[in-house]
Amino acid sequence: MAASSAGIGTLLCKNINKQIEIFYPTNRRYTWCVIRRICTSISRFRCQGQIKRKSAPKELVGVVGLEVHAQIQSITKLFSGSQVRFQAPPNSLVSFFDASLPGTLPVLNRRCVEAAVMTGLALDCVINRKSLFDRKHYFYADLPAGYQITQQRRPIAVDGTLTYSHLGGTRRNTLITKSVRIKQIQLEQDSGKSLHDDRRGQTLIDLNRAGVGLMELVMEPDMSCGEEAAAAVRELQLILQALGTCQGHMDEGQLRVDANVSVHRPGDPWGVRTEVKNINSGRNLARAIDYEIQRQVGVLKNGGTVQNETRSFDRKSGHTLPMRDKEGLQDYRFMPEPNLPPLIVYDRPSTAPPCVHPSQVVVLEEVRAGLPELPRARRTRLVESYDILPEHSFTLVNEDGLTDYFEAVVKETKAGPRKVIGWVNQVLLGLLHHHSLSVSQSPVTPQMLAQLLNLQENGQISSSVAKQVFQELWRAPGKTAQQIIQEQDLGIVSNTTEIHRICQKVVDSHPDQVQAIRGGNKKVLNKLMGLVQKETKGRADPVLVRSILEEKTS
Amino acid sequence: FIQRLLRIEVSLALKEGRISPTELCRKCLNRIKKTHHLNAYITVSEELALKQAHEAESRLSKGVSKGPLDGIPFAVKDNFCTENIKTTCASNMLKDYTPPYNATVVQKLLDQGAVLMGKTNLDEFAMGSGSTDSAFGPVRNPWSYEAAYREKSGADPDADWVIAGGSSGGSAAAVASLTSFFSLGSDTGGSTRNPGALCGVVALKPTYGLVSRHGLIPLVNSMDVPGIITRSVHDAATVLGVLQGHDVKDSTTVTDHPTPLTGLPDDFDPRNIRVGIPKEYHGPGLSQETLAQWSRVADMFEQAGFQVEQVSLPHTQHSIVCYHVLCHAEVASNMARFDGLEYGHRSDVSSSTEAMYAATRHGGFNDVVRGRILSGNYFLLKQNYEHYFVKAQQVRRLINEDFRRVFGSGVDVLLTPTTLSDAMRHTDFVQEDNRTRSAQEDIFTQPANMAGLPAVSVPTALSSRGLPIGLQLIGPAFQDRSLLTVAQWIEQKVGFAPIRYHGDAGEGEIRVDVLPSTPTVWEKNYLIPC
Repeated sequence: MAASSAGIGTLLCKNINKQIEIFYPTNRRYTWCVIRRICTSISRFRCQGQIKRKSAPKELVGVVGLEVHAQIQSITKLFSGSQVRFQAPPNSLVSFFDASLPGTLPVLNRRCVEAAVMTGLALDCVINRKSLFDRKHYFYADLPAGYQITQQRRPIAVDGTLTYSHLGGTRRNTLITKSVRIKQIQLEQDSGKSLHDDRRGQTLIDLNRAGVGLMELVMEPDMSCGEEAAAAVRELQLILQALGTCQGHMDEGQLRVDANVSVHRPGDPWGVRTEVKNINSGRNLARAIDYEIQRQVGVLKNGGTVQNETRSFDRKSGHTLPMRDKEGLQDYRFMPEPNLPPLIVYDRPSTAPPCVHPSQVVVLEEVRAGLPELPRARRTRLVESYDILPEHSFTLVNEDGLTDYFEAVVKETKAGPRKVIGWVNQVLLGLLHHHSLSVSQSPVTPQMLAQLLNLQENGQISSSVAKQVFQELWRAPGKTAQQIIQEQDLGIVSNTTEIHRICQKVVDSHPDQVQAIRGGNKKVLNKLMGLVQKETKGRADPVLVRSILEEKTS
Repeated sequence: FIQRLLRIEVSLALKEGRISPTELCRKCLNRIKKTHHLNAYITVSEELALKQAHEAESRLSKGVSKGPLDGIPFAVKDNFCTENIKTTCASNMLKDYTPPYNATVVQKLLDQGAVLMGKTNLDEFAMGSGSTDSAFGPVRNPWSYEAAYREKSGADPDADWVIAGGSSGGSAAAVASLTSFFSLGSDTGGSTRNPGALCGVVALKPTYGLVSRHGLIPLVNSMDVPGIITRSVHDAATVLGVLQGHDVKDSTTVTDHPTPLTGLPDDFDPRNIRVGIPKEYHGPGLSQETLAQWSRVADMFEQAGFQVEQVSLPHTQHSIVCYHVLCHAEVASNMARFDGLEYGHRSDVSSSTEAMYAATRHGGFNDVVRGRILSGNYFLLKQNYEHYFVKAQQVRRLINEDFRRVFGSGVDVLLTPTTLSDAMRHTDFVQEDNRTRSAQEDIFTQPANMAGLPAVSVPTALSSRGLPIGLQLIGPAFQDRSLLTVAQWIEQKVGFAPIRYHGDAGEGEIRVDVLPSTPTVWEKNYLIPC
């Protein structure tokens, strides 16, 4: 059966055997909001296991390196004019080049180069002024050309550093900052997708993703456990999102992480490593790595040897399993890509040769000037200008849009930043997560929150009423805080006579507590205060209540 | 007076209304039928050709010509993609493949109003030097049927005919036999120049990067160049003028504007031109007659006042071996896409993906292609890469350096033979395998591909067997125009007589009586105002 012309419709490949990986795209986005969530119980054990006393016999520790494939956020593919879009109808975004029609040639997308250069700069890489493309050969149904164009010999960026932090220490409240070396960033093509229909024994090929630009970031094995790897990837994700070079959603495959894991005794050479694939979230990255470290430790302790192999992470069981695919043992027969001239990055516009059109030139100086504020700088700035805790700065930066929200509230309220941070990081974020909303979808705008906080600052409402009003604002965003307070009569009670009456009632009905206070246990006073607030629905001025109660119990 | 039936003369005839594009197209179609035995065409696009000719005719009748190529019949080697016209690469793998787009060079010609007659035969995927290894059978050299050869041979034409050379044998035969006025070939190691020499036509391989490869199904991307086959040097210059220039779809094309090729100067001073004769090209296997032609033209240069000198290109002897290593490696890579999934032949074997791939590729490719894929993959293996591929690349640089040094010393052009001898009989040629033949046949041509230089083969004389002999000129990169200027000088001096058809009146001959009688005159007229 000869397919005349290229079928750009659904490409059907009958009775293909089942060695091809399946992708499970899910709609739900998994986002980490607080660093603490990354940790799994195992990871805690492993990371602490590293700290050893000198006299004790050395124990096996994990060595973790990562290979991250980040899909470049661009309008079109790396070497063709087809659009880049997630979940478009199958084979609707396929150019002649993407389908590898004979005679087609790659044309490098400048945007992808700039994205890689920008990412390289953000990770303190050395940008190679001249980099090269290579072909990596292997037969695969979703690799139409039979080779992938990548940068094996001379990638666009090398020798960078990624600094990341996670919470550690015995009480897990100490911020630990570490760094991992970035070996290189290379530009390469994504492959298509194979979808298997087991019932009919068919494999369906979707080439929408074929040729999308990827940045492959290779991280040196500077990490020792899942928690560190997950924190590093999370930081990378934030950097890429801040740069706009990658959307970074792991569940949509925009960020794909493979982990190289081995174990050894500190000081000894590295052990045999395995490559763990099929990891779709940060949490699973930590789980997969920690499982794999434990597995390898188990194998060695039982006198076995670790095999150099590719393993797949199974989400349900939390285990890694050997993959039948022997990709790791293939000879890729690398060869220079003859259809692409060397990729040149110029220092300044003036260093580019005159025959090259300015629209075709990537200039380092210009890319550098376009770098936005990076997460780490942003955290430092937040801590310094608002005097908030470093942990709080992490929460602000981790959640997309939360920093802007926080800063907008601070700007419009008399309440201090430390007070605002509690509202934003706990009250607002708690509700957002509960309803699976992003910051931009919040029904309560920064202005509404600022108003509410002002009412509290002015002494018009108590803090507990403020929380109540916030809930109301969330439910009925059309109203102002002022309206809700008036409608529901939530204004603070500063009528002294009325408060005196209620206080007296409480004191009279709780003789035992009064006795205790008089006996010197001043803490019991709080209990009485609570009872008074209960009576007033939290509207009484706490300062006033305290002084009255003190007077009555003295 | 139809001795030199040049395309440009026809252009003039068309313009002056002495012949209509439709009439011309029909004549060529008839001639294609008459020369069917040459097997020059794989696909004849008769319907489209007539439609195009008709359009050209209505343009010309209104006096709105698209240019010198408007209404001129041409043929394209069947490894250039043509929209809605089968493009087979003479392989079972693509025997039913119809591309959805035109190669840039094809599109440029169509945009100029040129009339596409069909797709020409070649060695499968352009791997060969005889046009004998095609899934559609071998191409026969039109000179096999000329009186000069037949008188000497005495045998039955079906038993004794000579090869057209390759791999663009179909394109060369088409122009030589007057079924098209020019044609496109592709040149990787000599694939345009070799059949050009053997079929007695002008064959130009432009500088690498001057003409777009987009839509040319590749053999070796780093050496492939679309080639131009014509019956005169001027025509080659005209066609190159249309084809050259940057193409956004081919990143290896040069971005700076090339010199316009609006006419070649014919009043240059020979004393300012230095011609190099590379001594390494005087090697074993060079026939006495070809050597004699080489000397004859060198003497002509000298007598005319050119500065002729012997030069050395010391690494030439290593070139062909390295060419093969690089060629096979790229072939292995380029052929990987033919897996039967997206297009082309697919085997019915369905036990596994791998089994389907294997059966598809076994059934789709001939032994030559499979052999090159195998050796190419071997050269690219991790353990062999340094030893073969990297070494070959290093030698390629040395070859490049040889040329740079010679041209840097002030030499303007090199004169060499194009092939070792005139065309071999088919029965003799197939006594040796494709690899051996390629090594022999590409010996003088592939160094220019290794270095990316422009080169042109010009027919100079007929051998004692009545077969054409061509000589090659090689120039510095992007000096295509100067190269053609010298080529034209040779053309004028040697007075080579191409095939003339004297068949039945009105069928075989295109009568363009009012042509200027001497070449110098038409040269000046050749720039037809449009």
